Amino acid sequence: MGIAVNNQSLFYVALLVLIALFIAWREKLGLDRDMIIAIIRAVIQLVIVGYVLRYIIQLDQLWVTLIIATLIIFNASYNAMKRSALKSFKISLAAIGIGTIITLSGLILAGAIKLVPFQIIPITGMIASNAMIAVGLCFKTMDQAFKDQRQQVIEKLTLGADLKDATLPIIRMSIKTAMQPTIDGAKTVGIVSLPGMMSGLIFAGIDPVRAIKYQIMVTFMLISTASIASFIAAYLGYRKYFNTRKQLKSMN
Amino acid sequence: MQFELNDVGITRENKVIISNINLAITKGDYLTIIGPSGSGKSTILKVMASLTDPTSGLIKYNGQNILTLNPINYRREVSYCVQQPTLFGDTVRDNLAFPFQIRKIKFDVTKAETLLQEAHMDASYLDHPIENLSGGERQRIALLRNIIFKPQVLLLDEVTTGLDYENKAIIHNLIQQMNVDHQTTIIQITHDETEITQAKQIIEVNDGHLVTGGHA
Repeated sequence: MGIAVNNQSLFYVALLVLIALFIAWREKLGLDRDMIIAIIRAVIQLVIVGYVLRYIIQLDQLWVTLIIATLIIFNASYNAMKRSALKSFKISLAAIGIGTIITLSGLILAGAIKLVPFQIIPITGMIASNAMIAVGLCFKTMDQAFKDQRQQVIEKLTLGADLKDATLPIIRMSIKTAMQPTIDGAKTVGIVSLPGMMSGLIFAGIDPVRAIKYQIMVTFMLISTASIASFIAAYLGYRKYFNTRKQLKSMN
Repeated sequence: MQFELNDVGITRENKVIISNINLAITKGDYLTIIGPSGSGKSTILKVMASLTDPTSGLIKYNGQNILTLNPINYRREVSYCVQQPTLFGDTVRDNLAFPFQIRKIKFDVTKAETLLQEAHMDASYLDHPIENLSGGERQRIALLRNIIFKPQVLLLDEVTTGLDYENKAIIHNLIQQMNVDHQTTIIQITHDETEITQAKQIIEVNDGHLVTGGHA
């Protein structure tokens, strides 16, 4: 294998950061502090994750793997929730949790991955982070649409429309917007970007023809997750904009 | 009595929007609400349309507290039409089909075409893109959405404001027809001098209170 990142080479590469810091300082971007914090955080987080993952992979216990997967899902749900004016952790968790579990189960049942920590944990991370982006976008789009189309929703209600009929264009737009980055990503995969999974395998010396199979699997799983998660988020979310008397709540 | 408002009031964040509104309305009434801008006229209609609930008092519709009624069915009977309405979708058809869609009924093209003719628009209008419609046409289409299923009560919030004489006449005609032929109760807000002079029953709202009309 030609992978040779050791502590010494990392030290030299760290000098590259000095260039970034120099530019930030010279151009008075006010980013110096942020950048230093970001770098220190990245190093500390990755070191911890590295040791934790090594321990878990060596431990090879199903229950520990499942706890880690659950933690990843909870963390993703919390972050997606912050994007929404609704601030509903339950909806976020339902969307990301169900989206991740269905896709993960599909991959395991199809025999694409095995129930072992070194496969489950990274794949769960990839799925949940994609679901997190999709759900966050879904919430954000929905918030904006309820503001922009408030008058239209009210007029539909005055005609006696049920909540779903009054909101359908907003629901559709939110799901569509949430899925768009995943679909765009799938369209340009291999042409614009060589994504992480595939690059990692090629880097580790795996035959590219084998590596693309994994990337195809990743593309499928990301599309499935984004659609399931945004569908659940949109359909559970829109009701929260109304009260029990089917009146549009005032959002400030 | 079709509608009874007993001491209806709305207070939000310590601000009184309307208070002590008392009204008794019989089926087939044609009521005109006047008053300065910001006096609370629209709020009274919104409360009656069940778009917002009163914070005090009681509204009865056919003897029942409206808070106990299913809001969806209620709004199909008590229909509210606004000034400068938003049209839905792309064409006139999308708008006239909407009331059918929400009732899970197949769109009745003949019914829509008849109504369009009553509103002085021919059948070809069905496929007109909404962005090509004039202000008056938009307002007429919006009103047709409200009346295509003949509501019991029509709440009209300045629906003729800013329209020319011809458009006003067409809209008056449609409203009159609903009132006379179908005994639809009309409750309208207006600033229009002619409408005020022709009004049968007038109530005046000022600073959230009824000044004249209604019952104390």
